[in-house]
Amino acid sequence: MISNVHGIRFALLITALLVLSACERPPVESDQLGFRGTGMQQVTNPRLRGLESMIPDPLPPAPAAGPKASEVYENLELLGDVPLPQFVRLMQALTSWVAPQEGCAYCHAPGESMASDSLYTKVVSRRMLAMTREINNNWTSHVGNTGVTCYTCHRGNNVPEYGWYQAADESARLPMLGHDAGQNRAAPQIGLTSLPYDPFSKYLVDPESIRVIGEKPLPGKTPGASIQATEGTYALMMHLSQSLGVNCTYCHNSRAFAVWEESSPQRTTAWHGLSLVPALNTGYLASIKEILPDDRLGPHGDVQKVNCMTCHQGASKPLNGVSMLADYPLLATAQP
Amino acid sequence: MAEYQNIFNQVQVRGPAYAGASLPPDENARTMLTWFSSLLGRFGDAQIGPIYLGGLGVASIVCFVVAFEIIGLNMWASVGWDPLEFVRQLPWLALEPPGPEYGLSLPPLAEGGWWIMAGFFLTASLLLWWLRTYRRARALGMGTHVAWAFAAAIWLYLVLGFIRPVLMGSWSEAVPFGIFPHLDWTAAFSIRYGNLFYNPFHMLSIAFLYGATLLFAMHGATILAVSRFGGDREVAQIVDRGTASERAALFWRWTMGFNATMESIHRWAWWFAVLCPLTGGIGILLTGTVVDSWYLWGAKHGLVPIYPATGPATVDPALGSP
Repeated sequence: MISNVHGIRFALLITALLVLSACERPPVESDQLGFRGTGMQQVTNPRLRGLESMIPDPLPPAPAAGPKASEVYENLELLGDVPLPQFVRLMQALTSWVAPQEGCAYCHAPGESMASDSLYTKVVSRRMLAMTREINNNWTSHVGNTGVTCYTCHRGNNVPEYGWYQAADESARLPMLGHDAGQNRAAPQIGLTSLPYDPFSKYLVDPESIRVIGEKPLPGKTPGASIQATEGTYALMMHLSQSLGVNCTYCHNSRAFAVWEESSPQRTTAWHGLSLVPALNTGYLASIKEILPDDRLGPHGDVQKVNCMTCHQGASKPLNGVSMLADYPLLATAQP
Repeated sequence: MAEYQNIFNQVQVRGPAYAGASLPPDENARTMLTWFSSLLGRFGDAQIGPIYLGGLGVASIVCFVVAFEIIGLNMWASVGWDPLEFVRQLPWLALEPPGPEYGLSLPPLAEGGWWIMAGFFLTASLLLWWLRTYRRARALGMGTHVAWAFAAAIWLYLVLGFIRPVLMGSWSEAVPFGIFPHLDWTAAFSIRYGNLFYNPFHMLSIAFLYGATLLFAMHGATILAVSRFGGDREVAQIVDRGTASERAALFWRWTMGFNATMESIHRWAWWFAVLCPLTGGIGILLTGTVVDSWYLWGAKHGLVPIYPATGPATVDPALGSP
């Protein structure tokens, strides 16, 4: 009888352990990021951190000798001063990152001169090359010396897997009933919450409006941010959290989200990222709208734009902080 | 003697249905529909009915159905009248209050007008139901303790959906009608006003909430534990303690040095339960109207503990050049 009771208890214990651990198999590593008791810790599972093996091996280095690329090829708006072997190496790497199936023909129409701009993909990739160099040269506040390459976002896809279009307004077809106020959908980009499902259109254009929390103990004469604006910021933060695979406490002490003195240094990096993303969306991606065919545009006729997930893809540092830029310094050096 | 360790009633008394005390001559008769349910008898009284509906009850139910339909049909319309999507997404769907651009004005139906209408009918339904609990208690010659406890909950409801939005000058400050949306509203509300956990009235409300559950557990456990000595005749034992009361009282004096009495424990329970929404409502009322950031308010008044720095100081990058 007694052993029977013990058997049942043991079975219950095992079941409870299985239920509790069903979400993710151990081991679990916990890094403390702030003062004890504040819950500022990052929980990671080293078993799920296998991204390094996905990173393609760098191509063999090319000599810095030889004629300049612009002496051999025409119509080079970028990289004209680069020695030819290094130029060709970068083109080969770029092809393997963005169009591994289609090869050179994805951008260079077969039978035409290499100089021809007849394919929109070539015009777009030139623009994206300029964007990559802009990020690596002028946004070290966010990307540090790790930098980015085409692979950071593309990962072998013609179009990066993650990005955003303006959300289709689902209420428009119902003039009187069922207005959803831009929220209350189980939207994956905001962690399946019922918060506003398109925080990108507003906050990835005007990042200053992200700040909603009261900055003084007592209210001033002008009203502060509304609850709706707060929900928008909240939705954007859910997107950040999900894109980086981290909790709120990676950047914030959750007892005072707004207070910088309570925050971790990662919040500063994220702040620069929230300036970088609008700069890319308005400065580079908006400008390719005229070039793209209709089937590359969203429901409101806009191009696919960048958000945190585009580069991070679930890692607090894209590709777990491995710098591919070190093998391709041409993507950073400030050249015309 | 293990009967009282069971969570279900072990005894069901069956006899002719009891119609209750006789009513004053000017009161309507009750609906005399009564029956017995063995299943419900395991949880409460097996006799169901008679139910007194009356004019207030009918009016309250009509108002509730109107509010329920406005909310439900708006939710259904928001998924394009698709019944499967309605069921699948129901926890996410909501009827949202007007946006901040409307202030306290009357917005178009689609942009918050329905919310105001649903709120009106739901409030009317609650107030009519409150009046009903008051009048039924009076008709039976009872005290009105139940009605006033219910009024405490209505106070919190009115602060959240009416009084505070009016003081803030905007319906948009009110809570949406929806399952997850009202929870997201709660989180956003706390974040916007700098962490509600530093609001002293929120602290009191939580203390009374947890305190009420603790008292309920202590009282329920005590009475069940002395039932074998007749402890379930609590009310009689207010004036005539008997061995059950004395054992229960001694148990608490032994374990914590103090005991409530058969009378006072019910006052404890009533006040803890009622003070939870009363203090909570005060805390909500002060938020945004009198205090804009509870964290900064708490820091100003020495409520917030100072933690030592664990790394280089982080400063707002918007203040200087990056």
